[in-house]
Amino acid sequence: MRNGDRTVITMANDFEGDARDFAVVVPVPTFIEREQIHVAEKALIDHLDAYTSPRLVEYFDPDPCMRLEYRTRQDAAKSLAIEETTVGARDEATGVTVEASYSVGEYDIQILSGEDSRGLIRWLNANGYRIPAGAQAIVGSYLRQDMRFFVAKVNVEAQARSGRNTLRPLQVAYESHKFMLPIRLGTLNADRAQELYVYTLTQNGRVETTNYRTVKLPSNTEVPEFVEAEFGEFYRALFTEQHEAQDRRAVFLEYAWDMGWCDPCAADPLSNEELRELGVFWVEPGSPNERIAVPQRAPNVFVTRLHLRYDAERFPEDLVLQETGDRQNFQGRYVIRHPFAGKTGCDDSSYRASVQQRKEREAQQLAALTGWDIEAIRAKIPLLAGTAPEEASWWRKLWN
Amino acid sequence: MNALRKTLARHTGRLRDPRCYQVVALGTLLTFGAFELGIGASASNVAAIFITALGTQWLLTRWLGTGRFDPLSPLITSLSLSLLFRTDTPALAVAAAGLAIGSKFLLRIRGKHVFNPATFGIVALFIASDHAWISTGQWGSATLGGLALISLGMLVLTRARRAETTFAFLATYALIVAGRAMWLGDPVSIPLHQLRNGALLVFAFFMISDPRTTPDSAACRLLFGAIVAAVTASLQFALFQPGAPVIALAACAPLTPLLDALFRDRRYEWANASASPFLTFRKENPHAIHRPHGLGLSHARHCPDRPRLLRLLRREGRYEPVQPCIPGRAGAQR
Repeated sequence: MRNGDRTVITMANDFEGDARDFAVVVPVPTFIEREQIHVAEKALIDHLDAYTSPRLVEYFDPDPCMRLEYRTRQDAAKSLAIEETTVGARDEATGVTVEASYSVGEYDIQILSGEDSRGLIRWLNANGYRIPAGAQAIVGSYLRQDMRFFVAKVNVEAQARSGRNTLRPLQVAYESHKFMLPIRLGTLNADRAQELYVYTLTQNGRVETTNYRTVKLPSNTEVPEFVEAEFGEFYRALFTEQHEAQDRRAVFLEYAWDMGWCDPCAADPLSNEELRELGVFWVEPGSPNERIAVPQRAPNVFVTRLHLRYDAERFPEDLVLQETGDRQNFQGRYVIRHPFAGKTGCDDSSYRASVQQRKEREAQQLAALTGWDIEAIRAKIPLLAGTAPEEASWWRKLWN
Repeated sequence: MNALRKTLARHTGRLRDPRCYQVVALGTLLTFGAFELGIGASASNVAAIFITALGTQWLLTRWLGTGRFDPLSPLITSLSLSLLFRTDTPALAVAAAGLAIGSKFLLRIRGKHVFNPATFGIVALFIASDHAWISTGQWGSATLGGLALISLGMLVLTRARRAETTFAFLATYALIVAGRAMWLGDPVSIPLHQLRNGALLVFAFFMISDPRTTPDSAACRLLFGAIVAAVTASLQFALFQPGAPVIALAACAPLTPLLDALFRDRRYEWANASASPFLTFRKENPHAIHRPHGLGLSHARHCPDRPRLLRLLRREGRYEPVQPCIPGRAGAQR
């Protein structure tokens, strides 16, 4: 959430493994106090993720022999898992003041102040954080930019008492001119590219990066029917292909929408309580139904979902963001059109031919979007009953 | 035959106008940016900007009686606005273009407009509205693109002979960025990434280089470029202001008339420049032509295609074989 200089960052991690091994070191642009850190429910982020996910919509062809209005049906979108990166930590000590040390839920949190990166790294090492090589230079750079740190470890006993087995997102609220996301530490402890989803809630409009290109993910494309069964794979292949096509240097816009409504909705818009929990201080508590019924009470919350896959080479700098005035809606939306399956009462050969052409077009679009092999795609597309398989030309067999 | 020669001379004279190259270069950039990079320049906004800018130029030229309608200047302003100015409201695009051209005619000190028109339009709307912004990230940082941009920019600059501002700006900015990285202990990839920003290069080669709104003396242009770079860096790194270079240029623009007043030098005029009301104001004083520093009189007055001026010269009995228009430098001798 960002409004003016006010910022609330909610961090969710896809950490898997022993919770004892989990720790985060979070750089914050300003000094922070104890009350500025909070733990949210994982469901909040899941809801936001579901609401903003790329979606698949289905349309059913009408009986080609009847002159009826187009009847459409929309299916709920398939949701995708959040992945986000963290900075792991371990080893020795000195010279750092712990401004505050306390437990929130399953986390033990310490707010650190230190003027010297070496001291801070030694302190982290001494306190059991595994600090990857190269962290000292980055920590030093952040300290000189007047950034401060808090660290969080999982309190295994508290977690066991609560009965939860997932880690809840950590939140931090602060006020700063800097509208940025520190990603440099994240590039250190991973040997492959990191995946990051950024959801922003703003009042004015879409958020974009000012030091990297923000590119819209290809959208509104018709894809073959079988994609429905493997939408997750389709989306991952699509993202990878587009990521490569942009020379692995771009940040992708996956969703930009006024939170007041959606069309089609992959999930209900977030309630005002949920929005407030995420830091949207300008909405009043109230039920979402009330909000929809009374349009003038629309919360004026614009949600942007950015997705990036980054490494130190192509994303050397932290992400600098800006809120634009752009309120144009955008979503990753992929369309499946089912041919008419019933019995037709007339000569439908032209309809069948058009469906066959459409299937071929969809196969080519899918291949272009995902980089999948065109022959493998064609093999998965069922033929219409009664149509002979089109004999592929010899040049197509040769090169495609 | 003579007529043909004259027509040819006039056309080659026009081609020497550096702004022709600038229009081509910016047009290429806009096409590449819009279709290849997706810089977010919507067709409706671009159309609104062009129509408004050309229309305002035409209206104000007629209204203020400042000579011939000059399409090149509003074209360049329109292209610069289309490249850097973003809004989701076409009305704001119209306002930006109108203000840009209006500022050129109305905000003048000693006959020279204070603000680069596009810069003024962008910054005025940026400050006034939440629905206007500058997308600095959309140009990316690909090396090849950057090089192509630089070579295009160089072409314009060598024609315009006003490269000092650009070089002073880029050199100072590079020093600050590199110095900052050294102080922070950052790897060299960070300042390199900052310097490769496409929008920064567009700005450096096509906006700050505007010879009509930079100081007349070369030394002052160096100083001006350096100051804009320093202000840009402070806005960017201390205040975290998006679109820092454009805002810095607007903030520093009033320095130009100040520096011009302190250090007089030859006034720059485009090869076919005609938009200055100062020219019409001074036209009754033929002696002014021979003043060494021109006081705003353009060498355009020496152009053979300005019959009024020729008559003026003939009446004085000073008519000599008229030398062709020399672009770039007022009254320069070859």
